[in-house]
Amino acid sequence: MAAGAAAAAAASEHKRGASDAAARRRRGPGPIATTYMVVYNVVMTAGWMVIAVGLIRAGLARGTYHGLYYSIEKPLKFFQTGALLEILHCAVGIVPSSVVLTGFQVMSRVFLTWAVTHSVKQVQSEDSVLLFVAAWTLTEIVRYSFYTFSLLNHLPYPIKWARYSLFIGLYPMGVTGELLTIYAALPHVRRTGLYSVTLPNKYNVSFDYYTVLIMVMISYIPLFPQLYFHMLRQRRKVLGTAEQSKKIE
Amino acid sequence: DDWPSGERAPPRAVTWLARSRRPLGGRFGGVGGTSGVMKHYEVEILDARTKQKLSFLDKVEPNATIGEIKVMFHKNHAQWYPARQSIRLDPKGKSLRDEEILQNLPVGTTATLYFRDLGAQIGWVTVFLTEYAGPLLIYLLFYFRLPFIYGPKYAFTSSPHSVVHLAAACHSFHYIKRLLETLFVHRFSHGTMPLRNIFKNCTYYWGFAAWLAYHINHPLYTPPAYGDKQVKIAFAIFLLCQIGNFSIHVALRNLRPAGSKTRRIPFPTKNPFTWLFLVVSCPNYTYEVGSWIGFTIMTQCLPVGMFTLVGFIQMAIWANSKHRSYLKDFRDYPPLRTPIVPFIL
Repeated sequence: MAAGAAAAAAASEHKRGASDAAARRRRGPGPIATTYMVVYNVVMTAGWMVIAVGLIRAGLARGTYHGLYYSIEKPLKFFQTGALLEILHCAVGIVPSSVVLTGFQVMSRVFLTWAVTHSVKQVQSEDSVLLFVAAWTLTEIVRYSFYTFSLLNHLPYPIKWARYSLFIGLYPMGVTGELLTIYAALPHVRRTGLYSVTLPNKYNVSFDYYTVLIMVMISYIPLFPQLYFHMLRQRRKVLGTAEQSKKIE
Repeated sequence: DDWPSGERAPPRAVTWLARSRRPLGGRFGGVGGTSGVMKHYEVEILDARTKQKLSFLDKVEPNATIGEIKVMFHKNHAQWYPARQSIRLDPKGKSLRDEEILQNLPVGTTATLYFRDLGAQIGWVTVFLTEYAGPLLIYLLFYFRLPFIYGPKYAFTSSPHSVVHLAAACHSFHYIKRLLETLFVHRFSHGTMPLRNIFKNCTYYWGFAAWLAYHINHPLYTPPAYGDKQVKIAFAIFLLCQIGNFSIHVALRNLRPAGSKTRRIPFPTKNPFTWLFLVVSCPNYTYEVGSWIGFTIMTQCLPVGMFTLVGFIQMAIWANSKHRSYLKDFRDYPPLRTPIVPFIL
């Protein structure tokens, strides 16, 4: 494991090994942008670690895994909402990702955090919330530390491995938690008419939040497999070559 | 041998060779019996991504067009009909037009061309007819209040508001006009578009039509705040813009002779509705937005307003791109014109 990490570090020092770091460098964001991105990713890593520690401590103190949302509600909202900055990073060009793809991913997280979990108080005690919060927490800690190390050109293989492997389990876990939470919110939305506008009104418009939530749930069907298989393809591409260079070592 | 010397050879180099056994060169010239050697080209077609050799066409006529080469390539690869072939000189270059002639291209007598699969294609006319027929029919389902929409209580009832009937007439007229224009007026520069577009486009048109029809024909619909005056003025705007839009379509059609794909600068004609060309590159889009603004005010319906807004954004993008390509193609393009909104955008 240590040998693999050293080999990977050596390879990335030659600047031809770690494809991600090379890709980011090709764009050539200046030193200020790079420093900012390192700070951003470190802060986000730390933030999600705070959430992770908070979950564990609350779980141990209470002796149960129920109702842990309340112990990490504030940092969760803060750091998940902070991820909106990533859309800006893509738009400005200091991160070579698609604005649309990033925007979509971040907005779906923000939607679940605010428009579902925060807005429908009754679902906050559901276990499905812990399911997706745990998945997000683990994913984000790995993801942000991956970016941090890549920017610093010292990417330990275990982090790279984790980034491209843990999703296999975490992604379905998160999606399950999200869908169950939205489903749990439905009756409350129907009963209170949350975020809904009914006819008649002067501008002849209506908005049924209940229907929108159902459409969101349905949209997971085409979207989730696409994202999942994209990550699997990325995994083959990234980890495939790393295994080869390990063998050479 | 059934091909006399001095006669012009048929366009298909391959069939000509199959029929005659004469060697090339010497007496077989072009029109008028010139004694030049007709040098046939060899065309190899590689995959633009993998550089794999897909086809080797020998004895291709120098005056063969890209369109004819596409037909030959299709014979070797039955799944790639000409409409889905993109042939280019460079793997990352622009697609060559069907009218391009082989000998006018910067290639040697052994030409290397690159192929890219454009994916399954569907005709423009097919797409337009489908995407416009949907809203026409869907709106009427809501107008006649079919039972599954507003419930059995309102099934097949009629709205007491005259504006609702006027709106149904306007909406239907608009899409019937579009269908007829697709069949009889428009001259398309491309024959086909990617198949996935029909799903995207139909979702947009049909979805929005259902959304706005639902609200206008709803039993709880609220007529415009300023009553008849608002409806009359808005209807006038709608009608004038529809006539304007049609005038522009006719003017554009007359700009381009049948079967040709030439592009020329459009100019105002005797029809006053075309005078918008003085200040705008794409007055058809201007009039289209104007029609929908009229329809929005007439129905005082926010979903219609949103459809108008999204449509405007899309048409502004198209108008801007059209405007830029006019500027690129024509040195003397009138400087006063903006893409879609006079003097502003």
